Amino acid sequence: MVIQAAGLDWSIFLKPAFDGSGTYLRFLFVGLEWTLLLSISAWVLAFVVGSIVGVLRTLPGKFLPMVGAVYVEIFRNVPLLVQLFLWYFVFPEIIPGLGTWFKQSVTPLLQQLIAGVLCLGFFTAARVAEQVRSGINSLGRGQRAAGLALGFNLYGVYRLVLLPVAYRIIVPTLTSEFLNTIKNSAVASTIGLAELSRQSQQLGEFTAHWYEAFIAVTLLYGVINIGVMIASRALESAIQMPGFVGGRQ
Amino acid sequence: MYEFDWSSIPGALPFLWAGMLLTLQITGVAIFFGIVLGTVIALFRLSKNRFLSGLAALYVTGFRSVPLVMVLLWFYLLVPQLITGLFGHFDLDIRLLSAFVAFALFEASYYAEIIRAGIQSVSRGQASAGLALGMTGGQAMRLIVLPQAFRRMIPLLLTQAIILFQDTSLVYVIGLSEFFGVAYNTGNRDGTLVELLLFAGAIYFIISFGVSLLVRVIQTKFAL
Repeated sequence: MVIQAAGLDWSIFLKPAFDGSGTYLRFLFVGLEWTLLLSISAWVLAFVVGSIVGVLRTLPGKFLPMVGAVYVEIFRNVPLLVQLFLWYFVFPEIIPGLGTWFKQSVTPLLQQLIAGVLCLGFFTAARVAEQVRSGINSLGRGQRAAGLALGFNLYGVYRLVLLPVAYRIIVPTLTSEFLNTIKNSAVASTIGLAELSRQSQQLGEFTAHWYEAFIAVTLLYGVINIGVMIASRALESAIQMPGFVGGRQ
Repeated sequence: MYEFDWSSIPGALPFLWAGMLLTLQITGVAIFFGIVLGTVIALFRLSKNRFLSGLAALYVTGFRSVPLVMVLLWFYLLVPQLITGLFGHFDLDIRLLSAFVAFALFEASYYAEIIRAGIQSVSRGQASAGLALGMTGGQAMRLIVLPQAFRRMIPLLLTQAIILFQDTSLVYVIGLSEFFGVAYNTGNRDGTLVELLLFAGAIYFIISFGVSLLVRVIQTKFAL
């Protein structure tokens, strides 16, 4: 039979899952949904926090840039898995009030999701911050000076002059950072969040069809990658500016 | 307020140290084989032979589009089967061997991209000069281009090594007890998970941050 080529039995995906949620194909798609929900929420957080920290690092003065630098160094030099366990196991214990509420009143599933989003978001923010900073710095001092000379205050210079161009320049690196976020979301399997890689492990454990489970999930990650890549190309050409790299001359 | 209880750390230090040695061992093996294999893949990728460059591109994109967690799980599934298939039996620690293989092959795809960029940053004139002196293409690459490329790449290679050092904590998913695994297990056993996780985080930070400061010094001192 074609379906059993190379000793693999793909019909396993049509069989009912152990948890009664439907077929194993459905089971995998639940994992896909969690992976996307986790990655996209974390990305939104990372983009906001990363932009703030990145801007802090380019501001005049000493104190604010140092705050930004400390943030980046802390979140870049502790492993993602350790950070996840800190968010999930440690912070709810040691933060008075809020931590107790989190442990007692939030459902376990939501606890996993919140810990995962906060961990992945703040972790990725450090990387986004570095890119925002290098994007702003790549513009040269003239842009900032011109903005100030035109009578903008510092906030106006950033919002209307520096950031619109800086963001456009760093779209490609932000894309690869988003792809990293999707891949890093697999770490959330260690706290039991039912994302893709967790579902593939469960599928393997309950059916002993490890190869089918791993191949399917690996291909799904590949498809997500290609999808994001195509979307990012479209975004790049939609927002490109004449005279800049990739823009019309 | 939470009452911290650091009492289980002193007793666990010898085990944590053994775990750290394992972490460093995995990191070292992955750096060595990652760079060796990464160089070969980078050269393939830059080769004029379409088949070789296509193969290398496939390798790099393949590994880079899959989470490290999945790569570790894959090799923990494959390595035991390959070894029993080849030798019939094995008396090695299968988790450790799987981790070695997974990290070496995975890191090779990241090192390959760094090395490729490094080789491309050496100006064409250098290779041409070598050829004009009567060297073969291989000699020009080995004696002229690669030494300059590697010198330029040192900061990036070290930065990747720091990332790799942190990523080794993920062998947790195949149940291998390196530094992080020992810390987690000790904390779980003694009911001091909070303290052990904070301790582990601090140690990772000190080592990674220390090495990254070193990278900055190297960057300014050895710049060409």
